[in-house]
Amino acid sequence: MEIIVNGENKNIDSGTSVEGYLKTLDINLETVVLECDGGILKRDEYPVRILKEGSVLEVIRFIGGG
Amino acid sequence: MLEIAGRKFRSRLFTGTGKFSSSEVMRQALEASNSEMVTVALRRVDLNDPGDDIMQVLDREKFFFLPNTSGARDAQEAIRLAKLAKASGGGNWLKLEVTPDPRTLLPDPIETLKATEELVRDGFVVLPYMNADPILALRLQDVGAAAVMPLGAPIGTNKGLLTRDQVEIIISQAKVPVVVDAGLGAPSHAALAMEMGADAVLVNTAIAVAGDPVAMAIAFAKAVEAGREAYKAGLGTQGSEASASSPETGLGFLR
Amino acid sequence: MIDIKFAEKDTKIMSQEPLIIPSFQELQNIMDSCCSEDVEAALHADHVGIKGLAALLSPLAHDYLGQMATRSQEITLRRFGRTVQLYAPVYLSNFCTNRCAYCGFSAENKIDRRILTLEEVEQEVDILYKRGFNHILLVSGEAPKKLGVDYLEKVALLMRGKFAAVSIEVQPLSTEDYSRLFRAGITAVAVYQETYERGIYDQVHLAGQKCDYDFRLETPARCAEAGMREVGIGALLGLADWRLEGLALGIHLAWLRKQYWRTALTVSFPRLRPAAGGFAPLLNVSERDLTQMVFALRIFDQDVGLLMSTREEARYRDGMLGLGPTRLSAGSCTAPGGYANADSGGEQFSVGDERSLVEVCAAIRKIGLDPVRKDWDCEFQVGKS
Ligand code: SF4
Repeated sequence: MEIIVNGENKNIDSGTSVEGYLKTLDINLETVVLECDGGILKRDEYPVRILKEGSVLEVIRFIGGG
Repeated sequence: MLEIAGRKFRSRLFTGTGKFSSSEVMRQALEASNSEMVTVALRRVDLNDPGDDIMQVLDREKFFFLPNTSGARDAQEAIRLAKLAKASGGGNWLKLEVTPDPRTLLPDPIETLKATEELVRDGFVVLPYMNADPILALRLQDVGAAAVMPLGAPIGTNKGLLTRDQVEIIISQAKVPVVVDAGLGAPSHAALAMEMGADAVLVNTAIAVAGDPVAMAIAFAKAVEAGREAYKAGLGTQGSEASASSPETGLGFLR
Repeated sequence: MIDIKFAEKDTKIMSQEPLIIPSFQELQNIMDSCCSEDVEAALHADHVGIKGLAALLSPLAHDYLGQMATRSQEITLRRFGRTVQLYAPVYLSNFCTNRCAYCGFSAENKIDRRILTLEEVEQEVDILYKRGFNHILLVSGEAPKKLGVDYLEKVALLMRGKFAAVSIEVQPLSTEDYSRLFRAGITAVAVYQETYERGIYDQVHLAGQKCDYDFRLETPARCAEAGMREVGIGALLGLADWRLEGLALGIHLAWLRKQYWRTALTVSFPRLRPAAGGFAPLLNVSERDLTQMVFALRIFDQDVGLLMSTREEARYRDGMLGLGPTRLSAGSCTAPGGYANADSGGEQFSVGDERSLVEVCAAIRKIGLDPVRKDWDCEFQVGKS
């Protein structure tokens, strides 16, 4: 099934949890914040929140800025 | 010592973390600047090239992170970014930026005031970036801004303290600290702002794009200190032609 | 021109809540630390801090009075133009439950006491309206049971629409009462600390609510809080050292500015005049002293309105025109009912300038200034309910 992550379409297996998906990416989970379908996800929700067809996921973190 | 919302800062130089050639150069420059407050932005992670992580590069014991809402074009977007920043472990401090015009990146006063009011209500410590408008500064103060951050010149222009007269009024009227932000292109600009009595300055571009960012960071640190010292010492006046012997013409009516 | 700014210490004083006026000893120390360079610096600065004000009030500035006049005149002209505002006091009542050693209305004085009926108030203000006044100051002694907020509200409503500005100088009130009066059309409040020196304050305020120094000190802030367009502060000259009084007044003024940026501020300089009770000023304040104080405050605060009442003589008031003061009373009578009935007794003090409004206007025009009687219409004001 398809989800949208940071504006890009991604194909994932249905039933994948947020945490399961994130593990496929090379990022440090401690320093990012996730927004799923418009709501901010708490850290303890990552393993239990199952992604759905068309879910919109935003993976955000601090970068340099003035 | 500078105090904002109960937090003390030894250094009155705030620095931005954008536009550096590499994270390593940024780290070196910021450490050389002695700055204790650094601004950071929030962005989507580039999934194909996550790159280095600013949280990893900077020692958070040394640097207090001030997340900004750069990119927000109205109050709603800014509030959304604020909440994300808090969730990312950015604490509840915020440099509020609302810049609808992508060309000049000048701040929107109306949306900034709205967002400040709402974010203060939600428990944020808000430091709004604003045009150097004295009444706006007071209105922001009235709704609970912890400091105000008037611009010296449009962001990234390096033109210095073009808003000098307005900033002067803000400094004389505001109860909250005044941090001159944006446009300070040279250490002398920062020194001038500090001599006038600004509580701090925020510098990013001028350090990041200097030939030697580390050396420039040191120069800014010195300028900020010098300016502050001069302010405390009390500047003398220029071209004083006062002399005690001037006649009291016009006061002949006194008895 | 480069500025000498509020020093760090000033910022501390300005940001305290509530305001604590430094003791006169501390003020004296600030003044003693000044040198003539401080006077010169203050004369050339755009912003003058507390130290600068101390220098301008100090004996060192004595030799600079001419330059202070020039500077004060220059600032006044730039900020206020070639205009002078005029107002007339209306004494509503001379009942007073307080005992103030220096005042003719003091409770123990045997004078004719009366409170004007609403009809009488109307008569008085009509006379002043016909004479061309647009700004009225309502004055009374402090007797809240005889003259309370209900009475004042009625008076305000009766005057509403007719006058551009109606100020009150009555007993200190609560914030809610000030809001109520603001909605009824009162535009400004004058409340003078009389003296900022606590010892002398206690010594001359013998009985009544006025004995509470702090309650009085906090009153201007309550007026500002309530939305008044303007608040007037002042000190009686002749009680404590006028130099330190001026410094305390300046601190109070600057603090109010910092805390209540929406409120216009004025300062008065009443020199003690002969009054019933035969109180002799504790110390003498000469015309020259008064002049130095007016100039110092003008240079310290470029925007403050400076009042000069008919306590001072015509010669002095004419001489000071354009040099600093921005608002004069004229044709004043300080006894209740005194406009309708010239031999009303029981005045608060005897006036020093007996000229009529027409005469005062003529004197103002003669030196090229415009007597204005209006800068707002209280009819426009709404207020928060
Ligand atoms: S100064 Fe005021 S309070 Fe004191 S006696 Fe006179 S009228 Fe009453």
